[in-house]
Amino acid sequence: MKKLIVAFLLAVTPMLGLAAGGGVPLDDADIDLSDQASLQRGAKYFMNYCLSCHSAKYQRYNRMAKDLGLTEQEVIDNLMFTTDKIGQTMNIAMTAEKGTEWFGNPPPDLSVIARARGVDWLYTYLRGFYLDEKRPFGVNNRVFPDVGMPNVLWQLQGDQKAIYKTEVHNGTETEVLERLEPAGEGTMSPEEFDQVARDITAFLSYIGEPIQMERKRLGVWVLLFIAVFFVMSYLLKKEYWKDVH
Amino acid sequence: MSMMKNFMTWIDDRYPATKVWNEHLAQYYAPKNFNFWYFMGSLALLVLVIQILTGVWLAMNYKPDAELAFGSVEYIMRDVDWGWLIRYMHSTGASAFFVVIYLHMFRGLMYGSYRKPRELLWIIGVIIYLAMMATAFFGYLLPWGQMSYWGAQVIVNLFSAVPVIGPDLGVWVRGDYVISDATLNRFFALHFLLPFILAALVFIHIVALHKVGSNNPDGVEIKKGPKGNRWSDKAPADGIPFHPYYTVKDIAGVAGFLFIFAAVVFFAPEMGGYFIEHPNFEPANPLKTPEHIAPVWYFTPFYAILRAVPSIAGSAFPGVVAMFASILIMFFMPWLDRSPVKSIRYKGGLYKAMLWIFVVNFILLGYLGTQPTTDLYKLLAQIGTIYYFAFFLLMPIYSKMDNTKPVPERVTE
Amino acid sequence: MSADGVDLKKRRTLTLATSAVGAVGAGFVIYPFLAAWAPSEKAKAAGAPVEADISKLEEGQLMRVKWRGKPVWIVHRTDKNLADLPSLDGGLADPNSDDTGQQPDYCKNPTRAVNDKYLVAVGICTHLGCSPTYRPEVAPEDLGADWVGGFFCPCHGSRFDLAGRVYAGVPAPKNLEIPPYQYLSDTKILVGADGGSSS
Repeated sequence: MKKLIVAFLLAVTPMLGLAAGGGVPLDDADIDLSDQASLQRGAKYFMNYCLSCHSAKYQRYNRMAKDLGLTEQEVIDNLMFTTDKIGQTMNIAMTAEKGTEWFGNPPPDLSVIARARGVDWLYTYLRGFYLDEKRPFGVNNRVFPDVGMPNVLWQLQGDQKAIYKTEVHNGTETEVLERLEPAGEGTMSPEEFDQVARDITAFLSYIGEPIQMERKRLGVWVLLFIAVFFVMSYLLKKEYWKDVH
Repeated sequence: MSMMKNFMTWIDDRYPATKVWNEHLAQYYAPKNFNFWYFMGSLALLVLVIQILTGVWLAMNYKPDAELAFGSVEYIMRDVDWGWLIRYMHSTGASAFFVVIYLHMFRGLMYGSYRKPRELLWIIGVIIYLAMMATAFFGYLLPWGQMSYWGAQVIVNLFSAVPVIGPDLGVWVRGDYVISDATLNRFFALHFLLPFILAALVFIHIVALHKVGSNNPDGVEIKKGPKGNRWSDKAPADGIPFHPYYTVKDIAGVAGFLFIFAAVVFFAPEMGGYFIEHPNFEPANPLKTPEHIAPVWYFTPFYAILRAVPSIAGSAFPGVVAMFASILIMFFMPWLDRSPVKSIRYKGGLYKAMLWIFVVNFILLGYLGTQPTTDLYKLLAQIGTIYYFAFFLLMPIYSKMDNTKPVPERVTE
Repeated sequence: MSADGVDLKKRRTLTLATSAVGAVGAGFVIYPFLAAWAPSEKAKAAGAPVEADISKLEEGQLMRVKWRGKPVWIVHRTDKNLADLPSLDGGLADPNSDDTGQQPDYCKNPTRAVNDKYLVAVGICTHLGCSPTYRPEVAPEDLGADWVGGFFCPCHGSRFDLAGRVYAGVPAPKNLEIPPYQYLSDTKILVGADGGSSS
């Protein structure tokens, strides 16, 4: 019987390993949600660069304060720009109509974007803007072609340009984006900027599921408890089944 | 003690409590040689209870309204104390239900549990499976994410493929020209109702089981064998009282199951996008289809069959027929198997090979159902579909041709 | 059940131990379901302390603010109102606010207030939850010649004075509840939080 189970599991495993990936290879975000300093920096960048156009309408400020190890006063003083109350969620003044007018599509709510896209995608996206004159804001993105959003972090990162290579598919030549190269100095070094992208990604991952760290911490105890219960019930079964065998 | 006895006498004069206890537990004799596969029935019951309990609790905060549904799920995940746990138990429970039921059905296929006298038991089981699929389908729309929306859109459009009445039927099912608030509201009502019908069907399933008695890995009818065991002179010699022997065994099984269940709930509730799909974290958008849509994993084998069948004269109806036929054909199992023996233990290499290829084929179809179609995948799905039906339709022939082994008189240890 | 070769004691111990662990586990499972009924974060945010601006509240006037979905009254009492209060003590059920559950400690005083001039009280009758009517007038026909102003509950006729104290012999058993509150400035009251100086 055990062979059957193993065979079944082996057959199923490759299915589970397949993630939904696009064409572009994604960079490893390498975030650490237990690093509260990273999350706090990510929160700051998020408030500064994202929250004017994107909402996070399911995430409450006071919940963030608690989970990120900040006092409510610190959040009110340093991270909140609006007249919102600490118990409220991260809303924005911009309406969907205005967003459509300015960007072609209303900027999506970012509460669960990390769960929809994955952290690697977000990290690659934040670092993946390059100059493209054909776009209204002069930039395009390697993982989100023809994105409507400008590169809000360009001052930190500096511009990037795309390097293309020619590939032949079925006899026709096509230009394929190979890599991005710096095309202007930013205020930060590439390493510093990568850390910014990582911090924002970590913060987005956190607001995607605020309970996730606590869930795993609790899970260890739950599994331990069930393991103890399993051992006891197994001993009980063995004891009773002495009658049968 | 005597007070307890008096109390039970008082009850028993008015309700057959002791009688039911004895007939279905303490003096219900089940074959003593149950193996791993026999845990699945009790586990399915456990999962049903988990689903009803967590489902009722979710309904306390869920809003079946196209404007509010997506937000209410996030509200449960964040703002309701322990809402995340209840929701993950429910989403994991849905998949766990199908895992357990597929193993339960496979057990039936292996040991011939559908054969006489258990034909009705099997048929009730297939009805339960259909009710489960309907429940899961209705429930999948409720989070109102992109996958919910477009998955429902595709499945409801299957009805539209029915000739003549199709288009009207689709509109009628949706209550609108697209999946909409009206659809969501009625799916919620049905998703709440069906589990209770499911529970009633499970009750009938168990009544039927206790009438005929359980099959076992040897496929030997213990009721036809010798009588007398250490608990009773009249009981089958190879039977043991369900309580306490199988109750304690099932409790250990439950503990083992809960360990895996909790591991998923606490450490991998999305299960790599198979239990909770990534696009479902984007709210339903009737104007934009996700790049790639696939049903949840437990429907994908049938979805692969649907896509494998080419449309005839521009109508997708043949595929729809094939998909429904692939499920309904299970009803005929009791009469398709003509082997002189029940259990795979005594069947020959031919049947064993057919069954094992069937399992691999089913998993392959399931995988193909999750993938975008390419020429190769479509061909594979077509071969898989042909084999799926061949397994059932050719069974009267190959099960008869098969070289069987002699079945022992008594169950083996 | 026959007992040949069976260690009944071991069996009993194992059964008890497994049942005990199982019962604890059941408790762990039930707890989240019970806890899920507590006010959610949204309800807590909606029930957060509210500020009330009393700068425009004239003497003798009442204003209402909504706190946790309930009406909270703020009454600007006149000097006469305050002078009347001690004279009513004899006819009241709990003149000295001895029921500590009905007000924070800092409001257990003759006027049941932080600042004598302003009464802050939850406007819900302690009988069955109706909201009493503000009746500031003296000796109206329907309330009798002794009435010096107060609150009258239209549902079952309970009466309260202008400190929210309940009259004796009416259906309501307790004085009106005084919520926790604090003065943010001379003209601003924060209802629902008292900055830690609580009961």
